[in-house]
Amino acid sequence: MIPEIGHFALALALGLALVQSILPLIGANRGKLLWMRSAKATAIGQLVLVGLAFAALMRSFIVSDFTVYNVAANSHSLKPMLFKVAGTWGSHEGSLLLWTLILTLFGAGVAFFGNNITETLKARTLSVQAWISTGFLSFMLLTSNPFDRIFPPPADGNDLNPLLQDVGLAMHPPLLYLGYVGFSIVFSFAVAALLEGRVDAAWARWVRPWTLAAWTFLTGGIVLGSWWAYYELGWGGWWFWDPVENSSFMPWLLGTALLHSAIVTEKRDSFKSWTILLAILTFSLSLLGTFVVRSGLLTSVHAFAVDPERGLYILFLLTLTIGGSLTLYAWRAPALEAGGVFKPISREAGLLVNNLFLGVATGTVLFGTLYPLFMEAVTGEKISVGAPFFNATFIPLMLPLVLLMGIGPFLSWKRADIPGVWQRLKFVALLSVLLTLLVGYLTRGGPLLAYIAMLLAIWLLMATLKEWAMRIRLFDVPFADAMRRARNLPRAAYGMTLAHSGLAVVMFGMIGSSAWKSEEVRFVTPGTTVAIAGFDVTYEGVERVRGPNYFSDRGTLDVKRDGEQVTVLYPERRFYPIAESSTTESAIRSTLAGDIYASIQEPAADSADESGAWILRILYEPLVFLIWIGSGMLILGGTVSISDRRLRVGAPRRKAAVPTNATPAE
Amino acid sequence: MKRIFAFLPLVVAVVFGGFFLWGLNPDRDPNAIPSVLISQPAPQFDLDPIPDIGTPGLARNDLVGNGGPVVVNVFASWCVPCRAEHAVLTGLVERDGITLFGINYKDKQEDARRWLEELGNPYARIGSDLSGRAGIEWGISGVPETFIVGNDGTVLYRYVGPVVGEDAISKFREALIQAGALKRENS
Repeated sequence: MIPEIGHFALALALGLALVQSILPLIGANRGKLLWMRSAKATAIGQLVLVGLAFAALMRSFIVSDFTVYNVAANSHSLKPMLFKVAGTWGSHEGSLLLWTLILTLFGAGVAFFGNNITETLKARTLSVQAWISTGFLSFMLLTSNPFDRIFPPPADGNDLNPLLQDVGLAMHPPLLYLGYVGFSIVFSFAVAALLEGRVDAAWARWVRPWTLAAWTFLTGGIVLGSWWAYYELGWGGWWFWDPVENSSFMPWLLGTALLHSAIVTEKRDSFKSWTILLAILTFSLSLLGTFVVRSGLLTSVHAFAVDPERGLYILFLLTLTIGGSLTLYAWRAPALEAGGVFKPISREAGLLVNNLFLGVATGTVLFGTLYPLFMEAVTGEKISVGAPFFNATFIPLMLPLVLLMGIGPFLSWKRADIPGVWQRLKFVALLSVLLTLLVGYLTRGGPLLAYIAMLLAIWLLMATLKEWAMRIRLFDVPFADAMRRARNLPRAAYGMTLAHSGLAVVMFGMIGSSAWKSEEVRFVTPGTTVAIAGFDVTYEGVERVRGPNYFSDRGTLDVKRDGEQVTVLYPERRFYPIAESSTTESAIRSTLAGDIYASIQEPAADSADESGAWILRILYEPLVFLIWIGSGMLILGGTVSISDRRLRVGAPRRKAAVPTNATPAE
Repeated sequence: MKRIFAFLPLVVAVVFGGFFLWGLNPDRDPNAIPSVLISQPAPQFDLDPIPDIGTPGLARNDLVGNGGPVVVNVFASWCVPCRAEHAVLTGLVERDGITLFGINYKDKQEDARRWLEELGNPYARIGSDLSGRAGIEWGISGVPETFIVGNDGTVLYRYVGPVVGEDAISKFREALIQAGALKRENS
């Protein structure tokens, strides 16, 4: 009964979405206030109904109702409760429902909080948002009903893919979707602005918090996924350039570009049609990601069970959404009047170059991701594009961007003077070079690229800190004054400082763990000692442990340094009998200096089993923990920036209280 | 000039869309890695029957000399898609008269017996692969998988996953026709 209520709620939500697609739009054209305001009720109604459907599905998972096909295929009665709940979005249908839930969440968010937005823009935005939810609700109801029943019901379920039975990954899709789908509202704002034919500073200010929110969630989602890959897949990498990873990374890159170009639109009334285009493309890439994962277009570890009918429907949705919005763009964008002018050396120009680099980088990732498809279509040859391509193209694009990131915040609007900027940054540059030389002395050898990247990361960190110090006039004025200034800095400024320095910290982690990684793969029997990066790791043996829905072979590793006990690691190899597959649970000891990472794998031969021999993989990855710390700073930066007074909903406009010398950047 | 630039994103999107449409062709499977067994003799194996069901066991020698190609289906009672596939296979046996052999993969014999009693038993022979050893020999990646083996014991075709749904069934029928196990329907 309850699954049917969920199904019915979806159908009702589709009804509301259809009304909201049309009524407010016509209202905005004819100036009928009541019609426009109907969007608020329908948007919130959609959220409630889709939320009801989601709750119904979650209940089916929690009580293990195996008459629902989706539950039978993705759950098991012995599965821990957390993963029963997470199973709700573990399948194609369930994750689509989550997708739609978040879509309606953002729609309702604008309906509820967007009180300062003009009535017509709000009505149009919510109508466009409803077009998208109409598309996805009908997709779900027509091709992927999550509430399909199965008769006769199986005695027990098929279990969720054990790789996905993990706390980090249980949270990964919701966060990622909050980011992906969050860009939908930015898209809707952009299309509404094109329909309205007006883009101004106010528009940019309304869009900004939503962009920031989506970007922050997306960052969190990507990081969680990366972290999961790091400790779960068992070979110590944190990024694989897999098509599905790429399709979450592309909206992130372009969303970052959008964040920066929207600043120019807000502050200088410029870059209008570019900002609109970025808003459209960012969401288009999110949709593309959804399409790639679900259509079976490319081969990926993430691909859901696919069928061509679904792929065709999503392609149809994609054509309508992307094709439609870009047509509208081609028609309306040239009419948007250009805003403030600027010199080639100015903050605007700096942000333009930032956008160019990010745009080209996105294009590169897109090209690399889809190249196998293009190749197969044109020549019929099957190839795969992997890390070497992306490392060779993406990194050279990012490094100049990092150099610029250090300088950018020092440039003033309209026109900046190079000698002045150099005056402020020359000590930073000198210090960065000296620190890099120190790193070179300490590491004694490594790839040249690693040292270049290290120099730039140090430069970025130093320059960002210097910029903050200048804003509060540290060392220029008495310390107490500087601290008072620090307290009064707008939060957006702190957001930028945190995010930019966070990126530098992430870079340290990436450089350290790629360039100075040590790795040992050995065939070990109890008592074997492996020496790695100054540690002596002794393998003590493997014992059989029982978990709720798995068996585990748990190895014991004694880690010593110079004869002194450091830690004991317990890497596991788990076997899930119901899902018929195994997972690796690596054991990691993290310090800021580096991680010792151990995983074990089944012996190659059956006979090795009796002798107790296993394949042991040990890595030492310097600085890798900084990736997670730096990512945390990026997320914190985004969060702090959203809370800026200027963007806070309903906050009274404050004049003159903002220090006049402060130019809130990001 | 500005207008031309404004159209550029649309043009790029349309080109991409064209490729995607091509890529959705149902006959194209980016994950398809043809089985190494295709056109090779079927592997050696010898499996005992499931007790008390009256269906004999299955060994390599049983695949040869059946007067035509046979279908070998790897199944298990714990596998939900197998349940759906069961009806399709039963239909193929009853209506089209194909010879169906089963490998009961890593399954408790008691469970398998109950499963067959509940759903019916279309298999002419069933080998009970308790250890999963025969599964390894056949190189299966999961359950269910279905093979078509020629009269001389050569593996002709491999289908990974359940033969369920229109696409899958028509693909599988086509393979049966190619193998000569089925006559092409006049339509």
